[in-house]
Order: sequence, then C-alpha cells, then structure tokens
Amino acid sequence: MIEVEAARQGTVAEGAVFIARGITKIYDMGEVQVHALRGVDLELDGGELTVLLGPSGSGKSTLLNILGGLDVPTAGQVFYRGGELTAADEKGLTRYRRHHVGFVFQFYNLIPSLTARENVALVTEISPDPLSPEEALDLVGLGDRMDHFPAQLSGGQQQRVAIARAVAKQPDVLLCDEPTGALDIETGVLVLEAIERVNREMGTTTAVITHNAAIAEMADRVVYLADGRIARVVNNDSKKDPRELRW
Amino acid sequence: MRAIHRKLLRDLWQIKGQVFAIAAVIGVGVAMFVAYLSTFDSLSGTQRAYYERYRFGDVFASLKRAPDSLQARLAEIPGVAQVEARVVAEVTLDVEGMTEPVTGRLVSVPERKTAILNDLSMIEGRYIEPGRGNEVVVTEGFALAHGLGPGDSVSAVINGRSRDLEIVGVALSPEFIYTIRPGALMPDDARFGVFWMSRKALANAFDMEGGFNDVVLRLQPGASEAEIIARTDDLLKKYGGLGAMSRDFQISNWYLSSELKQLKGFGTVVPFIFLGVAAFLLNVVLTRIVSVQREQIAALKALGYSNLEVGWHYSLWSLLVAGSGGVVGAMMGRNMGQGMLNMYNGYFRFPFLEYRLAPDVVLGALGISLLAAIVGASQAVRGAVKLPPAEAMRPEPPARYRKTLVERLGTEKWFSQPARMVLRNLERQPLRALASIIGISCSGGLLVIGLFFLDSIEVLLDVQFNIAQRQDITLTFVEPRSSGALFEVSRLPGVVSAEPARSVPVRLRAGHLSRQTAVTGLVNDPRLQRVVSSDYQPVELPPEGVLMTRKLAEILGLQQGSVLTVEVLEGARPVKEAVVADLVDEFMGTAVYMDMDALHRWMREGSNLSGAYLQVDSYHADALYAHLKSLPSVAGVALKSAAIDAFNNQMDEMMGVFIFFNILFASIITIGVVYNAARISLSERSRELASLRVLGFTRGEISSILLGELALITLVAIPLGLMVGYGFAALMVTAFDTELYRFPLVVSSRTFGVSALVVALAATFSGLVVRRRLDHLDLVEVLKTRE
Repeated sequence: MIEVEAARQGTVAEGAVFIARGITKIYDMGEVQVHALRGVDLELDGGELTVLLGPSGSGKSTLLNILGGLDVPTAGQVFYRGGELTAADEKGLTRYRRHHVGFVFQFYNLIPSLTARENVALVTEISPDPLSPEEALDLVGLGDRMDHFPAQLSGGQQQRVAIARAVAKQPDVLLCDEPTGALDIETGVLVLEAIERVNREMGTTTAVITHNAAIAEMADRVVYLADGRIARVVNNDSKKDPRELRW
Repeated sequence: MRAIHRKLLRDLWQIKGQVFAIAAVIGVGVAMFVAYLSTFDSLSGTQRAYYERYRFGDVFASLKRAPDSLQARLAEIPGVAQVEARVVAEVTLDVEGMTEPVTGRLVSVPERKTAILNDLSMIEGRYIEPGRGNEVVVTEGFALAHGLGPGDSVSAVINGRSRDLEIVGVALSPEFIYTIRPGALMPDDARFGVFWMSRKALANAFDMEGGFNDVVLRLQPGASEAEIIARTDDLLKKYGGLGAMSRDFQISNWYLSSELKQLKGFGTVVPFIFLGVAAFLLNVVLTRIVSVQREQIAALKALGYSNLEVGWHYSLWSLLVAGSGGVVGAMMGRNMGQGMLNMYNGYFRFPFLEYRLAPDVVLGALGISLLAAIVGASQAVRGAVKLPPAEAMRPEPPARYRKTLVERLGTEKWFSQPARMVLRNLERQPLRALASIIGISCSGGLLVIGLFFLDSIEVLLDVQFNIAQRQDITLTFVEPRSSGALFEVSRLPGVVSAEPARSVPVRLRAGHLSRQTAVTGLVNDPRLQRVVSSDYQPVELPPEGVLMTRKLAEILGLQQGSVLTVEVLEGARPVKEAVVADLVDEFMGTAVYMDMDALHRWMREGSNLSGAYLQVDSYHADALYAHLKSLPSVAGVALKSAAIDAFNNQMDEMMGVFIFFNILFASIITIGVVYNAARISLSERSRELASLRVLGFTRGEISSILLGELALITLVAIPLGLMVGYGFAALMVTAFDTELYRFPLVVSSRTFGVSALVVALAATFSGLVVRRRLDHLDLVEVLKTRE
C-alpha cells in the first residue's frame, strides 16, 4: 500500500465520478448540534472499488448518504459526472437515485412482504434498462431462492438479494453501507464476493462503508474517516480476493 | 402486477382484521347513506310522479254547504286550473268480524269516470257504474285489513238509515297515500277506510243535492297560492267554509313530506358519524404502518421511488380499504334501501313504487368513502412523503415519556409499575386516546338513540292515554248537538261516565302568521279529557284566555301573555281576541284549549257539544258498540285501545328493525375502535411486553398492561357516550319536533344500562381477540426483530 496526499484540492481527476468539496453536515438535535462531517473533500474514480473505513460516528454513513442523494450537506458541493448534486432539487435527486445509484444497506431493508424476485422487481420496474430480476439474482448466486420471502432467507442471503436489487438497474455507482455489519464472516465473504463481482464484471463504481479494517484489503482505494474528516487516503496495489479476507 | 402493488396487498392481508374492521365502519356509514337517500329518492320521485299523473290537488277546502253554481266562480279565480267540488262525509260502519264500530269516510266521485283531481288508480275490480247508488270503491288498506274485495259489502249508517255499500273496486288515491284519521296517532286500516261513491247517491243521502261541502283546486303553474287561498276563503265564507289550505297541510301529504324530510336529514347526518370514526381509524392505523415501515420507505426512496410514488402507495392503502368498504356498503345500502322501501310500502300506499338507486347517490357514496380515505390518510401520507430517507435508515428514537400529571401530583407511590406504564402511555398520546374515547362514545351514543325511542314512546303513550286522555271512547257527532245529547249518551249501555266534548274549527292569526286548527272547550275539573303540563301533571284551565300547544305558539310567534285573533269558522263565525294564558307541551298536533263555558259564550250557544268522551265498562263494550253503530248522530268513534294497539303494532315492527341495526352498527364502531387501538398498542409495544415476560411477568400481567389502557379508555368513554347519547337523543327529538307530532326527551336508566353493557361487551370481545394474540407472543422472535 502506498499512502498518497489526502487532499488534491482544486484539481479534477480524470474519470472522477464523484467530486466532493468541503462537505459539512450538521444535525440539529434540538438541544445539541452534531457535526457529522466537517469539510470533507473526496473524489471517486469510475470503475473503482473504494472502501470508506472508520469507527462508528466518524461520518461515513452520512457521507455515503450524501453521495447517494439521500441526504444533502449543510455546506459544500458534490458533483456527479460534472453535474452538481448539491444543486439538485428533490425531484432531481430522486431521478439521480432512480437511474444511477444502487444502494445496499447494513440491515438489508428488504420489503418483508415481497419475495426475493419481487424485491428486485421493485427496482427493475422503474428502471429504463434493467437486468431481469432472475439475472440479477443469478449474479449473486441466489437463482434457486427467488420465490423465498426475506423471512425465509438467512442474513447473508437477504443481503445478497439486496445487492441483486441494487445492481439490477445496472447502476453507475453502487453504494454499500456496512453490508457485512450484521453478518458472520462466512456469509460476509459471500456478500463481499458478490459486490466484488459486480464491480469487476459490470464496471460499476463501488463504495463500501465499513468499520472492519479487513475489508479494506479488497479495495482499490481506502479512505480513512475519523471524527467527520478524511484522515488519509490509501491506494491499494495488492487487492485481495474477498475469499482471502479474514476477521 | 407491479411489485409495489403486491407489497400493498400483502401488507393489507397481514392486518386483515384491522382492515376489515375499518372497512366495516365505512361500509355501515355508506350503507346508511345509500339506504336513506335512495329511499328518499324513490319515495319522493314516486310522490312527484303520482301527484302529477293523478292530478293531486294544490288547495283543499271544506265547508258546510255551497250551491253547485259556486264551482264556476271558484274556477274564475285567476290561476285556478281545475275545480273539483265534492261531497265528503264520515259515517259509522258495521264490518263483519268487528264488534267495534269502524269509521268510514265517503268521498264523492262522478258517476262516469273522468279525469278528476286526486284521481283513483284502480287496483282491483272496476269503477262504479251510473245509476247504482250503493256501489263503492274502497281504499286498498281497508280492503286488505278486512279481506274485502269486489263483491263484498259493508254496512253503513247514512243519515240514520243503515245501508249496504257494495264494493265493486279497490283503489288508491294520492289524497290518501297515508290514510290516517285526523287526530289519530297512527294509521289504522282496520278502523278507518275511505270509500268513493257516486256524487249523486252521496248528495242524496246527505241532503247535498245541487251542492257540495268539499272542494279541491288545482292551480296553474306559477299561480300565487296564498292569493288563491284568500279568494277561495272569501267565496266560501258565506257557506260555512272551514278555511282553504295548501296541500302542505293536507294530512297525507304532510306526513309523507315530513317523513321524506327526516329521511333526507338522517341520510345526510348519520353516515358522517361512521365516516368520521372510520377516518380516525384509518389515520391511526396508517400512521402506525408508516412508522413500522420507516425503513422500507427509506429503502424505496433510496431505490429511486419518488415522494409522489411513496405517497401514492400509502394513499392507495387507504383508498383500497375505504373503496372496498364503500362498494360493499353501497351494495348493502341498496338492499337496506329496498327493505326500507318495502316497509314504507306498508303504510304509504302508492299504485307504483319502484326502488331507484340514482347514480348520484352511488357517486355520493363513493365520494364520501373517498373523503374518509383522504381525511384519514392525509397525516400518515404526509409523514411518509416527508420522511427524509437518510434519517429513516436509522431506527426511530425511543419515545419520550414523562411522569404523568397524576403522578407528578405526588400520588406516584400509589401506582404499580404496570399502572404507571398504562398512565404514561395514555398521557404520551393524549390525542389518540381522546380520539379513541370519542369514537367509542359515538357508538355508545348511537345505542342510546336506538333505544331511547322505546322510553320516549312509553312515556308518550302513558301521558297520552293514562294522564291526558283517560276516556275509552271519543265520539264525534255529525253536527253539534244540544246538552240533552250528553244525557242520552251517558245512558247507553256500558257507559260509566261521560264528558261533553266541544271543539270548533278556527283560524288563528298573529300578525301576518296564521294557522287553521280547532279550539277545544274543556269542562271545569275534567276527569276524562285533560290537558297535561310538561311535568305530566293535569293543568288547571284558566277561566280567561286560551291554553296553547308550545309548538303552535312557536309557529305563530306567540308567548305566554300574547294576544291573538281567533276567527271561528263555524256558526255565526265570531272573530275574537284571546290571550295566551299558558303553554302546554303536547305530543300530537297543535291544539288550543279554553274553558267550555267561555267557548259557549263565544259561540252564543247553550251547552252544545260536538262529541263526547266516554268511560266504558269493558264487560258491556260489545253492547255499546252495537248501539253506537246504529246511532245516526254519530260520525266517528275512536277507541283508545285500538289506538294503542295500532301504535304498538307499527312501532314493534319498525323499532325492532331499527334497534337491531343500531346495536349492530354501534358494535361495529366499538369493535373497530377498540380492536384497532389494541392491535396498534400491541404492535408498538410487543417488544416491551415480551421483555416483561422475559423478566418473569405472567401473561395475565402483561395483558393487563396492554388491555388496562383500553379498559381505562372504555371506562372513560362509556359515561361520555351516554352523555353523547343524551345529546343525540335531544337532537333526534328536535328533528322530530314537527307540527304533526313530537317526542318527549326521556332516556331511562334501562337504556343507559343496556347501552353501557353493549359497549363494554363489544370492547371486551375486541380485547379478548387481542389477548389471544398476546398469549401467542413469540418472545424470541419479538426480541430479535429490530424496531
């Protein structure tokens, strides 16, 4: 691993999908103000698999939510492929999420009343150029569980359905929030494999949030977050296969 | 089907109990709306068509006797389109199978059928034939009550001679859709019938050749009714005119129109109680669903579903529930409406009466279900739309509790921990608790209005027949008779005591307001016919002035002490000024009373009487009836027992159905409210309750925490519901406060008790259903799931 300068302010990297400048996010909790992000600058390159690593409370989920158009920063700008996300209205953000972003959540957030296939169909039905739900589920190795409801699937299987759901629209970016946070190592590895495969085969720009340092080893680049700031960014020259990861 | 719609259907299915309960409440509201308004439509449409086709008169007048030549002068009044002069007489009938006398009204018709006003529609048999003076056509109700038809005959005492009337046909007339004898509480087809007879024969029998004593006018469109009535009165004055009146006061039309008004009123008010409750239930349930599905909403938004789509998804939830309730309700309402119409068909008689469900009623029904859905869903849908997706990813923060007011007052040590949980939970969501209380109160209120009619009617009958009218029989003479008649009557077999009755037709005027009614003279310290005050005590008659029904005073804008003008429409037609000495609350009509002697002085007559009140020894009743049937001077015989029977029959039939539906509907509301409240508490608190189970609390103990809250709500709601019910009853009494009749506002403890019991039972039932779920609470599963 080679450490690089954290900040390359003022320049725009070639092929950068995301450029974030001075992102600050303050939550107003009534009596107290919580500074989740304190001026973050970041770029994510096309096709790259980035791991955002940090302890809980470091602001990584907030950052991911802002990149994914789920939240807006209190200050700062975010550009997606040259367009300014932070200037988009609610409709624009919805359109952005709908057409470009795939989300994977820590607790899967599957719709319990829909089968695996239907959970994926939820997305394919509103996307312009989706995979079929069957293809998407095959991609994550769940071709034989398509008609199971979430309650009939293990945690790892549920998360893989969530990944299938996220990639079915063939998104430009795949954002994963602690995808293995609720899973044991074996199922966690299966999930990571699925993410890695999507990144590799479909070329989807991928960001994975985790507090698990071991996962960083499968990334092209690791962004360390602490206390709402980027502590350092590390380029990983010796990416590991998820099967080699141990924690 | 789209995946998101599948989600919707499966979500609904998962809480099918609640969905069903809400849909049922909406269904009932819509059913009532459809039933009442379609019945209103059908009846009023039929009324209009019937009046039009059979030329129902616009102005009606009775008089003593006028020559036929007057008919032409009436026709010359500008605006009069058609004049129908008739001979009308009341006679006593002897009908086979009935010991007591029956009153018949004979109405003349031309010997050859022409297009007369209030024309007959023949149901059976034929019209009378010229030259056959004994042939009559009879009303359908009377024919059915006695099993009479063409070929049968009844015996009538006409001008002192017994005469057989041969029935050749059975018919209906727009004049007698509601065939009630004036002054009676209820129609009684067995004891009052209308017969149409040849004008010539009737005139002959009653010395009316070349004359008439009743006239009906039909007006041209746009004619001024008030002016025509005034000019008619002028013309008839000389001939003993009893005052012309608009069809609004024609008794059959009056009852029918009053019933129609009530139907419409109910149809536009009552359903909204149900829809209000339904909207509240939708709100509570949907708000809970949005809260439970927080993370699903977040996921949907993250996946690219727009706020509009998410909002629509939850709106659709509400629309489906309300829509299905509305559609089923509309179908139920159709059946109920047909049933109601059939019931009405028993005492309003139309030659044709078709049930009609107008498209606008159906649209209205769907509209109000939609309204309930929108009102009920709006808050929750707004919540779902506004939910920021990033925030929704995180579980909801723990609810904020604090010590309740009761505890803060220093009574804390009195409450066990579970009791504190109950109290704090109630205080944390006071609006929801309040809304539940209001919902349950409404059902209590509905029960009270369903049952209070029985109390009201009981009091009405008691006051009317035990305190006010203590006579067994009221006789009416054909003509007022001298004082000797009372002696004659009192010597009839079986008569224990007799009191004179004297009443004269009058027109009362106060300023520009006027009404036609009768002034009844009462003897000093009467023992039979008495006037009763609002506390149901006999009123002492003032020596001067008149006693007046409060309703009449209201109509004429009079108060105690006001002076009014009384135009007597009989004899020398004196015009007098009189003071309103006192007001009385009576249940029927708009009567005016005065001292008998003072009335005689007005009339410049001796102790004349127009009828008599008789107390009868029931052992000799049959002998008395036989005598009365043959007395030529008697025009009508009204029996108290028959009136009570008729009243009770009618009420039993209607009230039974009415009360059954009320209890059913009120229970639906209570179950809907309590069941939903319990299910939502269970959903919100299953983790908490499961934790308590793990800590060693028994099932009974955790049930008491959950159900204790509902029990508390129900306990508060019951007395409130009884008060609401009393208020509803008061509204009902006001709604029924008409010139024709009024109901006393009486709610017995029995009614309150039964209402409270039904609410408590419905609440307990709902509680038990939820308790069963609580017993099957899977501890491990509940604790594992993340809220």
